[in-house]
Formats: sequence, C-alpha cells, structure tokens
Amino acid sequence: MALCDSLPALLCKFPALSDATIRAGRKTIDDGFRGFVRSYGTIIDAVVQPLQVFLNFIERLFVTSPWPIILVAMLVIVYLGSRSVKVTIGTAVAMYFIGLFGLWNDAMVTLAITTVCTIVAVVLGIPIGILMARFDRVQAVVNPTLDVMQTMPSFVYLIPVVMIFGIGKVPGMIAVVIYAVPPMIRLTNLGIRLVDKEVLEAADAFGSSGWQKLKNVQIPLALPTIMAGINQTIMMSLAMVVVASMVGVGGLGKNVLGAINNQFFTVGFLNGFALVAIAIIFDRTSQAFGKRLQKHSEVVHG
Amino acid sequence: MASHAIEIKSLYKIFGPRGADYIDQVKSGLSKTELNAKYGHVLGLQDINISMPAGGVMVVMGLSGSGKSTLIRHINRLIEPTSGEVLYDGVDVCRMNDRDLREFRRHKTAMVFQKFALLPHRTVVENTVYGLEIQGVPAAESEKRARYWIERVGLTGFENHYPNQLSGGMQQRVGLARALTNDAEILLMDEAYSALDPLIRVDMQTVLLDLQKELKKTVVFITHDLDEALRLGDKIAILRDGGVVQQGTGQEIVLHPADDYITAFVKEVNRGRVINVETIMKPLAGNPEGMPVAKGTVLEAAARAMTAAGQSTAHVLDEASRPVGTVSLDTIIAAMVTPTGHGAETQQAA
Ligand SMILES: Nc1ncnc2c1ncn2[C@@H]1O[C@H](COP(=O)(O)OP(=O)(O)OP(=O)(O)O)[C@@H](O)[C@H]1O
Ligand SMILES: [Mg+2]
Repeated sequence: MALCDSLPALLCKFPALSDATIRAGRKTIDDGFRGFVRSYGTIIDAVVQPLQVFLNFIERLFVTSPWPIILVAMLVIVYLGSRSVKVTIGTAVAMYFIGLFGLWNDAMVTLAITTVCTIVAVVLGIPIGILMARFDRVQAVVNPTLDVMQTMPSFVYLIPVVMIFGIGKVPGMIAVVIYAVPPMIRLTNLGIRLVDKEVLEAADAFGSSGWQKLKNVQIPLALPTIMAGINQTIMMSLAMVVVASMVGVGGLGKNVLGAINNQFFTVGFLNGFALVAIAIIFDRTSQAFGKRLQKHSEVVHG
Repeated sequence: MASHAIEIKSLYKIFGPRGADYIDQVKSGLSKTELNAKYGHVLGLQDINISMPAGGVMVVMGLSGSGKSTLIRHINRLIEPTSGEVLYDGVDVCRMNDRDLREFRRHKTAMVFQKFALLPHRTVVENTVYGLEIQGVPAAESEKRARYWIERVGLTGFENHYPNQLSGGMQQRVGLARALTNDAEILLMDEAYSALDPLIRVDMQTVLLDLQKELKKTVVFITHDLDEALRLGDKIAILRDGGVVQQGTGQEIVLHPADDYITAFVKEVNRGRVINVETIMKPLAGNPEGMPVAKGTVLEAAARAMTAAGQSTAHVLDEASRPVGTVSLDTIIAAMVTPTGHGAETQQAA
C-alpha cells in the first residue's frame, strides 16, 4: 500500500512472534498433550468405559427391538408429554416415512445417541446450574467457560477429543455433550435466580434448610425454565450428531456426511429431513410438557 | 404454652452495601434524608426500643415506607440488623447461629406476608401444610391441622385450588391459614388483613381475638387501619421514618397524641370504642347513683346500656365491685365527640 511505503516497517507489519518461536511452542504443547494422553490412556479408557457400555446398551435396545414396539413406545411418550393428538399423529406419519425410505435403523442409532447425550447433559448440567445459582463465584468462572464452549467452532474441540479418546462413538458423544450442555447449565442457573424473592423469603421464614428450599421452591419454580434448557439441549445434540459423525458416530448424520462427500443430493436431503422430523417431534413434545409445568406458576392476582 | 415477650433494644437498620460505616453518624443525628442524599443509603430503622407484651397483640402502625415491614422482618431475622438486639426469651435472635435460627423460625414463629408469598405450584392445602412439612410432622397429621384452619378462614371447598385461581383476599387467607397451622408462639402478621373486604376482615379479627383468648400467642400485627389497631392491640407503636414516634395502649395514644403526626393519625377514630368510663368519671361524692357499669367499659357500650335502661347517670364499679366514680350521659357523649390532647383546640375550631 502506498501509505505503508512512507511508514516504518513496525507499523505496517504486525510484530508477530517469529515462525521458529511459534513452531517450538506448538511442538512443546502438542507433544506434552500427546505424552499426557499416552501415559494416562488406560485411566481415561477406564473412566469412559461405563459411558461406552451405557451407549451400546441403549443403541442395541433401539436398533434390535422390533419396530412396532419402538413406534408404540414413542407414540405413548409423545402423547404423554404433549397431550396433543396432532403431535402424536405427526410423529406416526414422520416415523412411517423414515421407515419407508429405509432409514429406520439409522434413525434409531441417531435417537439412541441423542437420548444418551441428553441424559448426560442433563445429569451434568443441572447440578452445575444449581451451584452457579447458589454461588456467584461459580457463576463468574462457569459463564466465560460456557461462552468459549458455545462459540468455539465445534470442529476445533473435536481435535483434542479425538487425540484423547480416538475415533468412535464415545468421543463423538463427548463432543456432542460439550456442545449441548451449555443451555442446560445456563437455563438452570437462570431459572433458579429468577425465583420470586418473596416466595423464597416465605420459605426462609418457616425455617427451610438450604436443601428444603431447593427441593420445595427453587427447583419446582425453575422447572419450566429448566425444561426450556432440556429442549435446547436436545436440539443442539441433534444438530451436533452430524458433525460428530466425522469422528465415527453412525446414524443419519453419517449418511449426510457421506452424501456431502459424494454429492448425493437425494440421500442428503432425505436424511436431512429425517433429522428435521425427529427434531420437531422432540421439540413439540418437550415444549408442550414445559408449558404444562408452567400452568400454575403465573401470578394472576396480587 | 407460655409465650414470652419480645424485647427490641436500640435497633438500627441502614440499607445499602456499607450500612455499618454510617451507623455512628446516624446515631449522632444524621437524618434519613441526609443519609440518602449524602451517601445513597436508606435508613430503614433508627433507635427502635419496643417491649412487646408476652401473650398479647402488639400493633405497629405508620405511613407507607415508615419501616413497618422492615421492623417485623427483624423479629425472625429475615433482615439482618445493622446494630441492636432482638431478645426473645432472653436470647438475642440476631446472634443465633444458622441452626438455632432455623429451629427458632420452625418452632417459635409463623409469618403472614403483606404480598402473600404463596408457593404458586402448590394447592391451598399443600401451601397450608408448608410449615409443618418443614418441621417434619407426618403428612396425615399436618393435613388434618391444615384443613381445620382452612375451614376457619372460610376457604372450605378451595383446598385443591392453586393460588392463581383465587382472589387476592382469598390468597391472603391462605397465607393466614398457613401461619396459623404452624401453631407457633410468635405470630408475625404484616398487613395480614389489608386485602380483605370489610366483612371478612372483622371476621378474621374475631378469629385472632378468639385465638388470643385460648392460646395467648405473642402477636405482632401491622396495619394501616386505626380502628383495627384499637380493636386488636394491647399495645400500639407508631413509626415514622424508621423511628418510633409514640407507643402505648390505644387509649393513651388517642387521649394523649404525642405530636401533630399522631394527632392526624387518631383524628378519625371512633373514640367511643376506645375510651373507658373510668377515664372520664368524676370521683364519687356521696352515694352511688343510677345504674352500675364496670370499670373498663368503653363509652359506647356504657351509653348504650344507659339509654336502654333509661338512666342518665351511672356509677363505675372497680374490680372488686366497689363504686369508685360517677358518669353522666352528657359527659359520655361530650367525651365521644370532643377530640382531646395535642392540637385539640384547633380541631374543635375546624
Ligand atoms: N432491601 C431494601 N433496600 C433498600 N431500601 C429498603 C429495602 N427494604 C426497604 N427499604 C426502605 O426502607 C423503608 C421502609 O420500608 P418498609 O417496607 O419497611 O415500609 P413499610 O412501612 O412496610 O411500608 P408499606 O406500608 O408500604 O408496606 C423504605 O424507605 C424503603 O425504601
Ligand atoms: Mg410493608
């Protein structure tokens, strides 16, 4: 540029570290990390072993059960959750078409991993959210961490996950959980913090202990918000299973990935629509359930 | 169950992050307005000294923002004082550790809230048992006690309704039932009747008075209604800007208002229901004349009895049924319509 010609070099080219320095630093960190993984490999494996077993169990349950049983079970759950005939019929139609186009098994694999990821995210997210609501310090630490987790491109944290756990279902699941747990944590925290101060004061006035307050007042009143968190977690898990197929998660996401690589337009969209259908089923069911929980929480009088 | 008195000693509360820093200045005379203007802190209470009668009803009155809710919240320490003591049974509530405080709140106190503060996700019955549930009373027993009080406050048939299905007055009665079910020695009632219509309100006053006859709880009752205060209160304290302006029995306050503020407060009161015959009687000269009335009878009741009996004079009997004084219908009526005490002359002229 013309302007740069008349200026000292320091102002024109950013004074970056030298390539050699960066290379050395990178190598140290990467080697250190690899060394860490190598020496603790067995421990890491032992830790994730139960997850592997659980995931395999659920997946086998979904894939090997006769389809009518799965379908009926799904319809019952959807109806109990949504109390809506419309949503239930919609589910039946969607599952019919998924089966018709030969995607039943892949859909089951996806359902299985989404279910497991959601359970793990809920089990991790709710206690963290509670701690965050309880202690401002925890919130001060967790909030920026969640910001990083949510904005970091998901492909980036696939790298350490794969380095630690290798290729497979469990690493994929961990990637999905990292991606899907933030809304769970945030909305649990928010829900508890939004609980009416007056009601909490009343609970205090009757001598509630911390646990009694949590169990009788905070969790029940935060439940609609927590449900919204679960809903978002499910949606994000479904979105992420496609990305996770890059590290070996099967199901609909893997088909989509294959379709991208081979430019199979029809296959891509069929699988895509199957994912959309499953997402809508989950969403409508969990939202209607959340709404029902909220029924009495609105203050009308006073 | 013997109730105990509550002693409040030089209690101060300054709202704000650094309240304790300004306590000395407030003690040496910094006013509420100055504190707010200079330091942005709010003076909630200043130098409160009240001894609340054991087994009696202590009424706290004052305009909006005068610190009534703040004061009542110090008794079960929902608010931490900036300095001072709240003694119950010789123990300073403000120095209790967490466990003792929880036990104290569970077993000794029950509270009715100005804004109801019901649990929105629980039905009327489930709200009412809350205190007992926290204490660990078995469900069947607590429900039985809850249903008794739900009936007593007139909410039979609404046991399984949720708070948002009830009117404001009904919600307030749920709050009342919840507190009464707790059967605690101290009953803290923050404008517990303010959302009630006049009929139910009198009804609930009667409930409280009946309860007092049987159980003699120590009640702290906040109200804006002087007639209610006079009907219920064994003792009344009037607050302004976080300080006590006057305290005493209803009669003392009506007859000798301490300043213009109190005079304005008591102006509209029905004096016939407050002043007792012995307050206006003349000492007995000679033999007792007319019909007898007992000491402690209020003017209105005495006048009613005398008119009914067609008598224009009566003599006052003391506790031992000895005649101690005499009143005439004229003096009774004069006392009922004449404001006395502070600023009485100006009022008469008006
Ligand atoms: N948490 C708080 N922080 C700051 N100021 C407060 C707080 N709570 C109360 N105050 C102030 O303390 C003063 C007394 O409030 P309080 O609620 O005790 O009034 P009150 O007598 O109960 O009024 P009302 O009749 O309207 O209920 C008010 O000036 C209020 O602004
Ligand atoms: Mg108040």
